[in-house]
Amino acid sequence: MKRFGMPTLIGISFLICIVPSWLGWFSNYIQFIIALIGINIILTVSLNLINGYMGEFSVGHAAFMGVGAYSSSLLTVYLLTDSSFFGKAILPEELAILIFPITLIIGGITAALFSLLIAIPSFKTRGDYLAIVTLAVNFIFKSAIENIDAIGGPRGFMGMGKVMKAMDNLVSFPWLIFWTFVVVVFSIYIIRNFVNSTMGKSIVAIRDDEIASELMTVNTRWLKIVAFMLSCGLAGMAGGLHAHTVTFINPSSYFILQSTYILVMVYLGGMGSLSGSVISAIVFTILLELLKPLDVFRWVVTPLLLIILMLFRPTGIMGNRELLDVFPTLKKYFSSLQERLSNAIIKS
Amino acid sequence: MPLLKVEKLTHFFGGLRSVDDFNLELSENELVGLIGPNGAGKSTVFNLVCGLYRPTQGSITFEGHDLIGRFPHQITSLGIGRTFQNIRLWNELSVIDNLRIAHFSQIDYKLLDSLFFTSRLVKDEQKVSQEAIDLLEKFNLIPYINELPRNLPYGIQRRVEICRALVMNPKIILLDEPAAGMNQGEIDELIKLVRWVKDEFKVTIWIIEHQMRVIMNICERIQVLDFGSTIAEGTPEEIRNNPQVIKAYLGEEVT
Repeated sequence: MKRFGMPTLIGISFLICIVPSWLGWFSNYIQFIIALIGINIILTVSLNLINGYMGEFSVGHAAFMGVGAYSSSLLTVYLLTDSSFFGKAILPEELAILIFPITLIIGGITAALFSLLIAIPSFKTRGDYLAIVTLAVNFIFKSAIENIDAIGGPRGFMGMGKVMKAMDNLVSFPWLIFWTFVVVVFSIYIIRNFVNSTMGKSIVAIRDDEIASELMTVNTRWLKIVAFMLSCGLAGMAGGLHAHTVTFINPSSYFILQSTYILVMVYLGGMGSLSGSVISAIVFTILLELLKPLDVFRWVVTPLLLIILMLFRPTGIMGNRELLDVFPTLKKYFSSLQERLSNAIIKS
Repeated sequence: MPLLKVEKLTHFFGGLRSVDDFNLELSENELVGLIGPNGAGKSTVFNLVCGLYRPTQGSITFEGHDLIGRFPHQITSLGIGRTFQNIRLWNELSVIDNLRIAHFSQIDYKLLDSLFFTSRLVKDEQKVSQEAIDLLEKFNLIPYINELPRNLPYGIQRRVEICRALVMNPKIILLDEPAAGMNQGEIDELIKLVRWVKDEFKVTIWIIEHQMRVIMNICERIQVLDFGSTIAEGTPEEIRNNPQVIKAYLGEEVT
């Protein structure tokens, strides 16, 4: 039973998200929301690695998302479509299905490399330094893009819709939701593996006591940089998906407001809890959509709800526990990696 | 050749000379004490050896490696274990995880293995966990294996910390006031433990301690610091009768 718990869960969510969209039972709006939920899950889970597990405070996650969004959408538009920005397409439209995932990965890598530039100076010292630096990065990113007129500047950049249409014309399939789903599963999978391995668990030790970790042979600086790059790379992939979902991006889509959303979702779900992050991303996205009829009052009601939640559950929905710790009966169906490892040893 | 050789070590905190011309040679399987009144610079010497501070002058060599300018994690993975004055276990991780993470420098797998749960990772993790369990067994800590350190009694926490310092197969362990805050019964147990560790793991132990009972009982050689400079060196018997040491601890008689 245990071994099939996770694949079953993935299979069921696959059926719920993709098959109805494929058969056309879901309207475009609902498909849009599903993609948005997926993107928010990736962002929340990845930021949780920095803010939750590592205990650093990054407030500029949207900037890395923006780097991924711009680099992947620039690539798809440049390669695949006739646009006012780059002129004629270089490759035939039919290749869109193949090129799109590759550009997502390139977007992720670009964001990771960009984050390396920030990580190297930031992790020389500990403390609130990273918060200030990432805040600055947010501003730098926005002003930099606003001043590059070739890609639209403050007016924004578009053309991704054509790419999505080209993919849909070739094979009718909800490609965007499919790739979002793949990236969501991928990010949760690798982050879960990472924080359960001895190497990754050392970032929790760094949060606990950095000097003790350093003296117990943990290469703290390298590990912090690696975790930061991993997190920002995933945010870059989420950015690429986001750009192709909304089909129009401008620099202010990836500014402080977006960063704050991600932060709120992380703290809502609970620091250092992956299942909490997933739940809070789903709840928060749906909540924002449900409150849309309230118009401007949305920005009164949502913070109020958050304040009330934080008053009654200051550690977020899950605290730093996982779903399995809250519902031990579920352990029949899912086994944590940690458990699998220690079981193997105690038996031997 | 001595295992650890410290020569002419000098360190300033701003204008304050915290360690002045400190010399020491440690050979294999020795038990050496470092004592002195509060603020004499004992912990600073440990921190200098571990690389947390950079000395103003002097040299530290360990098995022929120059330790000056290396990162603390590089120094400790060469084989220097350490415990702390105020216990510094990772309180949010279980006892076994505390030991596993101290294996960090011995992990063979690469970052990608840890991301994709490869068989190499599983093999290595099992090896690491098995070693941790073996070590815990030797220390009789198996019942506490899944507990969080902060929930354990003080004496047990000390034992876990010494156990963790032995994970990286050190040649030297530095014990910084292991008996601080212990009662007489716990101190007796600690004395037995330190002797046992020295014989069982064939390590050199360098110990800072305020409890004279511990120092006089177990050390073969003692060095006394006062205001950063060494004022006496010798066997426990010599130190006990050294007038300068008595002066540093008790002050001068008013005549």
